[in-house]
Amino acid sequence: MKWSPRIIFIIILILGLGVVPLLADYFDEPFYTVMFSRMLILSIGAVSLNLILGFGGMVSFGHAVYLGIGSYMVGIGTMHAVEDGIEWMANGFLQIALAIVFSALAGLVIGAISLRTRGVYFIMITLAFSQMLYYVAVGNEKYGGDDGLSLYMRSDFNGLIDISNDNSLYYLNFVFLLLSLYLSHRLINSRFGMLIRGAKSNEQRMRAIGFPVFRYQLVAFVIAGTICGIAGVLSANQTEFVNPSVMHWTKSGDLIIMTVLGGLGTLFGPVIGAVAFLFLEEFLSEITEYWQLFFGPMLVLVVIFARGGIDGMLVGLDQWWSRNSPVKNEKVD
Amino acid sequence: MDLINGGAETLLLRMKRLIKMLRVDSLFKSYGALLATDNLSFQVKKGDIHAIIGPNGAGKTTLIGQLTGEIESDSGSILFDGNNISGVPVHLRSAHGLARSFQITNIFHDMTTWDNVALAVQAHAGHSFHFWKNASQEQELRRPAIEFLAMVGLENRAEIVAGQLSHGEHRQLEIAMALATNPKMLLLDEPMAGMGPKESQAIVKILQKLKHKLTILLIEHDMDVVFTLADRITVLVNGRGIATDIPDAIKKNQKVIAAYLGEESYHA
Amino acid sequence: MEQTLNGFQFGILLFLLAAGLTLIFGIMDLINLAHGSLYMMGAYFAATFTKWTGSFLLGAILAIPACMAFGMIVEMIALRTLYTRNHLDQVLATFGLILFFNEFVRLIWGPIGLDIPLPEVLNGSVELFLGIRYPAFRLVIIAVGIMVAFLLYLLVSRTKLGMLIRAGASNRKMVGALGVNINLLYTFVFGLGAALAGLAGLMAGPIMTVEIGMGEGILIITLVVIVIGGVGSIKGAFVAALLVGLIDTVGRSFLPDILGIFFSNDVADTAAPAISSMLIYLLMALILAIKPQGLFPPRGA
Repeated sequence: MKWSPRIIFIIILILGLGVVPLLADYFDEPFYTVMFSRMLILSIGAVSLNLILGFGGMVSFGHAVYLGIGSYMVGIGTMHAVEDGIEWMANGFLQIALAIVFSALAGLVIGAISLRTRGVYFIMITLAFSQMLYYVAVGNEKYGGDDGLSLYMRSDFNGLIDISNDNSLYYLNFVFLLLSLYLSHRLINSRFGMLIRGAKSNEQRMRAIGFPVFRYQLVAFVIAGTICGIAGVLSANQTEFVNPSVMHWTKSGDLIIMTVLGGLGTLFGPVIGAVAFLFLEEFLSEITEYWQLFFGPMLVLVVIFARGGIDGMLVGLDQWWSRNSPVKNEKVD
Repeated sequence: MDLINGGAETLLLRMKRLIKMLRVDSLFKSYGALLATDNLSFQVKKGDIHAIIGPNGAGKTTLIGQLTGEIESDSGSILFDGNNISGVPVHLRSAHGLARSFQITNIFHDMTTWDNVALAVQAHAGHSFHFWKNASQEQELRRPAIEFLAMVGLENRAEIVAGQLSHGEHRQLEIAMALATNPKMLLLDEPMAGMGPKESQAIVKILQKLKHKLTILLIEHDMDVVFTLADRITVLVNGRGIATDIPDAIKKNQKVIAAYLGEESYHA
Repeated sequence: MEQTLNGFQFGILLFLLAAGLTLIFGIMDLINLAHGSLYMMGAYFAATFTKWTGSFLLGAILAIPACMAFGMIVEMIALRTLYTRNHLDQVLATFGLILFFNEFVRLIWGPIGLDIPLPEVLNGSVELFLGIRYPAFRLVIIAVGIMVAFLLYLLVSRTKLGMLIRAGASNRKMVGALGVNINLLYTFVFGLGAALAGLAGLMAGPIMTVEIGMGEGILIITLVVIVIGGVGSIKGAFVAALLVGLIDTVGRSFLPDILGIFFSNDVADTAAPAISSMLIYLLMALILAIKPQGLFPPRGA
């Protein structure tokens, strides 16, 4: 592995994320553990979106819907456990399993219909579907409706890990992030991944050489949704609160921003993007109550000028470094 | 007994060779008032290099679209190796053995040359629901890919990102990708497009190597190339086939000369 | 019957928004999420002008050109660079604009919603046939909307500008080749779209609250409308808008009763709100399954 500014940045980022709780405890600022925990969860969401958006070129504007599904699995289960005494419904393993099943199902149905369209239509349809589920949640009085559900306990993992402890939850999130990154890595380099990337690069050619693109894109869509569903489970536990806004289309927009900001179609881009996005949000809102006044145009500028996202800038930095560094790669006179 | 069996076999072989690789019958396609394909019929013999020529606007693009499945004919039939492929979707035509190259380079610009061809190999190497193994390390995909690259002379450019290849190399890559799908017939859409004389020669050499190994349907403007390579030529004018014959006959065909006068491009 | 008229009225508002959005997409290939923000600006401008002049009519008349100008300024500053970009970039950039506009409105008008008071003549209800009474203002909305639809139809089919618009919808390059000043055309079309959106906003203002973020909800429905109608087609926008408006409004009011016939009241009560919200999306899915390009795709699409 070549050492370069970009690699070093990424390593520091990952290691840094790994030690946040320790540092937070040391400086007695538990707030940071919570803040970074949120970053981890959204990173997982962004990593999953990157699979279909960054690598697959499918601009899904309804990805937050899976966060919602996962969250509600926890919300509904925990509610029944606490109010009706059905203890096993608060079981974390069960909730994750249900999140996987229902996210996959949703991905299958939404994908099967949306993937028959392209371009603008695809964007709007995925958007419409997520709004549809949003309204279902809003209209569902039994499970909180517009107000949502408060969770009185976090998911129970049969004693394997006690996530009522913030630090433990943090590390659970961290482990899931690493897992999703590794899965992403293997996926994009596999035959399946090559196919998806090829379809993004040139769908017409893919068909001409004989690939039945639709079915593979559908599978990718389902996989991405499922991973995001798991992030939803984690998210509900993190905030101890579930409400429909978690799958509002603006949240899908946030996920897209994170993925693009970090760098589309790169492995660590989504993590960088999620961290950067949330940092900016925190930082700017400290400065002014009207931070969105600056965030909006900033987003516009990033879109116009920084096409490759932050990771793209790091790659540029790498190239600059290899050209200008006073290092042994000089020609021998 | 033996004589009868032997005779039956030869008869079968002869019949097989009689089945044309491609048989287009009474093909029609119109766009509103414009008749792009007008009762077109022609046949391509197996192993031939069959060229389709015609002035601009003759309907070559529409014909290609119907052969590849991107355009649906209004009526008529297309028989490929004995099978009726009208209505067969684009991605399945490749499975039938029909491969095409594009007139305007249509490759995977952001992937390496090797990856480009490996993808074409992958399309016909079983399903792609493999999620774990690294595809760039699969010899089953990489080795044939590099061989196809060698066939067109690009083996030394394998690791270069395809977008950075020269125009001539792009055209070579186009052919390599089409070859990598192990086709029975290669449909080449103006492979010489935009190439100077030296680069054209490189492609001509590649096609000459392929002669008789597979059937080639060549759509071309460059007359020198056409008359060098083609075993048979069909001339298309205003959507109609006005003549199908061997090159020497086409050169002397009155109808062709009349339709074509001043239209063709001779390379200096 | 009242619900049917309400459905029409909602449909008319949707049409005004959809027409602008579909025009902008059809001609400039620009997917503009901030269209809802233009709707919001219409309402806010009208509220302010009404307060200054004391007359809703004056307020409305002033608000429309204000919206048009506002739209054209936004187009010139922020949107020009996006025409050549891919749709994802446009989505992100216009999304950023939404955030900006929402904050901008909050900065100038404050976080609390506004009211637009109507003049007495519009406040009452009118007696229609069969002795049915219907709010006068809503009737005005329908009337204005139909008039605008008619004017748009005249514009698009009878004038030179309209010809450019129709040409642009099916072949953008050709319009440039005709020697038309593309920049001017685009700016004007965007301004027109902004004016229509603003009109919808100022008419919706009195009956719904004028508040930050009012554009987002109706934007999504507008997107559904233009997908159903066929992106780029004004006729499609008209038909789809009325269809969606009717189905949504009428569906919401009658669904609980309809469900109540088949299921127990309990089930009907819990399921109805959820399903009513889904109705228009189900319609969209249905249309797309049968005709993926929408009901009236513009030729050449």
